Amino acid sequence: MTHYTRDEMMTVAAARLLWDRCVCFVGIGLPSAACNLARLTHAPDIVLIYESGTIGTRPEVLPLSIGDGELADTAACVVPLPEIFSYYLQAGRVDVGFLGAAQIDRHGNLNSTVIGAYDSPATRLPGAGGAPEIAAHARQTFVMLKATPRSFVARLDFRTSAGFLEGYGARGRTTARGGGPRAVITDFGMLVPEPESQELQLGALFPDATVDEARAAVGWPLKVAASIESIPPPSPPELETLRALHARTREAHSRPVHVPA
Amino acid sequence: MKLQSLASAIEQHVADGACVALEGFTHLIPFAAGHEIIRQGRRNLHLVRMTPDLVYDQLIGMGCASRLTFSWGGNPGVGSLHRLRDAVEHRWPVALELDEHTHAGMAAAYCAGAARLPFGLLRGYIGTDLVAANPRIRGVTCPYTGERLTAVPAINPDVTILHAQRADQQGNVAIHGIVGAQREAALAARALVVTVEEIVERLPPAMNGIVLPHWVVSAVVHCPGGAYPAYTQGYYARDNTFYQRWDAIARERAGFRAWMERHVLGSRDHAGFMASLREAA
Repeated sequence: MTHYTRDEMMTVAAARLLWDRCVCFVGIGLPSAACNLARLTHAPDIVLIYESGTIGTRPEVLPLSIGDGELADTAACVVPLPEIFSYYLQAGRVDVGFLGAAQIDRHGNLNSTVIGAYDSPATRLPGAGGAPEIAAHARQTFVMLKATPRSFVARLDFRTSAGFLEGYGARGRTTARGGGPRAVITDFGMLVPEPESQELQLGALFPDATVDEARAAVGWPLKVAASIESIPPPSPPELETLRALHARTREAHSRPVHVPA
Repeated sequence: MKLQSLASAIEQHVADGACVALEGFTHLIPFAAGHEIIRQGRRNLHLVRMTPDLVYDQLIGMGCASRLTFSWGGNPGVGSLHRLRDAVEHRWPVALELDEHTHAGMAAAYCAGAARLPFGLLRGYIGTDLVAANPRIRGVTCPYTGERLTAVPAINPDVTILHAQRADQQGNVAIHGIVGAQREAALAARALVVTVEEIVERLPPAMNGIVLPHWVVSAVVHCPGGAYPAYTQGYYARDNTFYQRWDAIARERAGFRAWMERHVLGSRDHAGFMASLREAA
């Protein structure tokens, strides 16, 4: 079998969750790689939206920021930022939101604001950006986050974006229109919400990962679904497409920039 | 025509203690103007910007700001803004009060500001601790349905500063590419300064390219390369390598100060700044 990294497995597993023609609000980093891998493999007509206002973008290389010129150059259209958030996201025109975070709890709530107290943080993180409204209004969200007991925590230091709040239907009693997290893709596999409690439980494992590894990486007593799916390893075309995308990206980002004097 | 030098536009429109928005969402970030504010040693500014980016990391690290209204404060695709973090975590070089929002909230606040309405309205900040952290984010009841919605106070900067591709001789400004919330930030402000790549006799016909009409523009500054290391669509690309390098430059106080002294304080204007970077390369 071809060797692959856990990052590659995460990206491939996330890409497979997307379907052709779905409208997807993309975050930077692993989600951006996953969404573009889907577009370059099984979902050629996926509509990728970046929060900079680029709709239906088809970047040749992965952007470093959510507003690289590459995204505008290859977009079907570029709209003002207030429009993307109010007329598209808030209006319910986004199928999938992809989110990352520094911390996640057992109900899929996310922290990307601070570690420690808000007024005297140990670590000040970048903050919310588009995440709280993506989490609220995309019809469903996928979360990508590497698992350590510091990131998968029993209690968030700060709740930036709502997952299922306290679970048991708490989210449904808010004005959030979207359905919340459908899957969390992490180093060992995927967590999915248990329908009633809405607590994240182990639903799928990567080929070389174990239940014990998953339990050790999660900071709450992790429940395991009645049947655990085994996620197939990356196929050769998936791996080849992803690596070529990363290689093109590295080359493009190291190209010198000429600025007119 | 209010064509001005950058130094005189900043001198005239950015006072100590002013509320200043340098907008441009990744694209068209007015770096040259930010550097000139640093050179002129402004203090106690209330900085407003959705994504503070490197330009506010520089202003904050140089002690120009005492308050920040923002919604995402990182180095995109790279990591932290170390000077912003140092100000929040250790009050260095001065304490920085945060007025923190989400992108959707700030967009609504700019729209309200542009329309001279008191607050922006959205179905937002749902289930987030930001509401407890920021007392300016409040609830309002819809008079028709009774639904609780979220209100954010309008943003009306004393001055908004933008970078754009072109202005014409009358001071009309054209922008294309990713436009962020620039138009809203421009129209929300009491004064508007725009740095541009080119000043042309007549703007090319572009029915929907954003045109800020001359009577809302306070000053136009001819400043080629003024968005570097961000980019100007149609002129030059984003210097992603510089954004990656900034992580090391800004990580420690001394190294940051030395870099700023050499390249920003040590240069007279933007052309001098660009020349000093070329020399160092």
